[in-house]
Amino acid sequence: MIVESLFAAFAAVALCSGLMVILHRNAVTSALFLVLAFCALAGIYLLMGAEFVGMVQIIVYAGAIMVLFLFVIMYLNLKHDVETGVQVAVRRGLGWILGAVLLTEGALLLRRGWFPGPVAAPAVPPPAGNTEAIGEVLFTRYLFPFEVIAMVLLVAMVGVIVVGKGLRPGAGEEER
Amino acid sequence: MMQIWSNPDVQFVVWALVKITVILFTMLGLVSYLIYAERKIAGHIQSRTGPNRVGPLGLLQPIADVLKLFFKEEFIPDEANKVIYHVAPTLAVVPALVTFSVIPFGPQDALRVTDINVGLLLFLAMSSLGVYSITLGGWASNNKYALLGGLRSSAQMISYELAMGLSTVGVLLLAGSLSLVRIVEMQSGPLTLFGVAIPFLQNWFVFFQPVAFVIFVITALAETNRAPFDLPEAEAELVAGFHTEYSSMKFGLFFLGEFMNVIAICAIAVTLFLGGWNGPGPPALGIVWFFLKLAALLFFFIWVRWTFPRLRYDQLMHFGWKVLLPVTLINVVVTAFVMHWGAGR
Repeated sequence: MIVESLFAAFAAVALCSGLMVILHRNAVTSALFLVLAFCALAGIYLLMGAEFVGMVQIIVYAGAIMVLFLFVIMYLNLKHDVETGVQVAVRRGLGWILGAVLLTEGALLLRRGWFPGPVAAPAVPPPAGNTEAIGEVLFTRYLFPFEVIAMVLLVAMVGVIVVGKGLRPGAGEEER
Repeated sequence: MMQIWSNPDVQFVVWALVKITVILFTMLGLVSYLIYAERKIAGHIQSRTGPNRVGPLGLLQPIADVLKLFFKEEFIPDEANKVIYHVAPTLAVVPALVTFSVIPFGPQDALRVTDINVGLLLFLAMSSLGVYSITLGGWASNNKYALLGGLRSSAQMISYELAMGLSTVGVLLLAGSLSLVRIVEMQSGPLTLFGVAIPFLQNWFVFFQPVAFVIFVITALAETNRAPFDLPEAEAELVAGFHTEYSSMKFGLFFLGEFMNVIAICAIAVTLFLGGWNGPGPPALGIVWFFLKLAALLFFFIWVRWTFPRLRYDQLMHFGWKVLLPVTLINVVVTAFVMHWGAGR
């Protein structure tokens, strides 16, 4: 009973703030609604018994990534792109096509009848703590993807430092 | 009527609400007298007496302060973003309050709101949300000084958050659990080093993780924007930083949030490193031990604030990224190796 009503509340918050992200005119407000949507999503994860994922959702998305987003929106002077009529037409056309595809998909899902949630309950109820389980799986079965992601992030970090330092020769040595 | 009360869901919700109310009002009282203590200690450090006019020893000063804050004129800048300007002070208080829900104040079940098995992560999540209030407050005021304060604070808090999170990993490795109750339980019993029991000392993690403890306290000072890391509100250069344009109770909320964060982060430090409620005597004394340790740590925070000068901005960044972060990483690796080969404990 409590779980169902909480789920309804979190889902409503997530949907409404998701809508506000695209409907609001102020970019900062949109970003804040996105944070709210992330928090509601974390709440839903908690209700599903995935407490580790829920907390990491808040730490990583709401606490780190969105702060950097806000940073960019607030402090860099964002200018509106000057668009020609053709660009507007292309954008509108793409929007209509994507919307139609999504609508069809939604209709198909509704007709297949698993819209109200998974029909078959999971055979084994998840144990009380899933942090250990995630760690176990991450370092055994999914070790290779894990290491690949680590390498990709390292490369991205090095790339950012190189770009940030600029391409002037000897620029790095002056700052000591 | 009785049927409602026998419903376990209703019991759970009511019981939780009662605990939340008690903690809320305890913390409000604690914050007002922490501010009084700060002014008194600051006074004595600077060879003054501090507040001594309102009531005996000035003990009623916090009440007078709060009344003054309520009756001050509320001023909102014309060019401010109204909604965000109003939301920001609230965001300063909420994360700190949420943190208290996982802190075990004593060994009894009644002395904690809840014991979830990701308590430590909840604390880290809430401290990472603390950036929003200051950044948004600074931005929404539409004031150059406030904006600079907000900018500084977000850069500072993001940088020091990493070192803080990593410094708790050592404790996590020792305890093998993210639940704060479990972490405190692991620290009971006498301290044993290399098979030798050391008298009068308990099995607190600070003895196994001294480096992590020092780094946690340093980053805690930075996360709560206390001196020597109070660059977001450096009054000599930024007037008052992010809260320049705030007045009346909105300023009061920022103030409340800062001190509540200090209490929350000290309570976490006590839980993680200083053995939480563990101490000599019966379990009923647990909450007394907890608050004694908390008070000692809070005194240390105030002492630091009135002793050290403020860092320069480049020093702050240099210290965070080139000193604290590598040291915590080395600490984690060394702890992991020692744990793996079973030495040390």
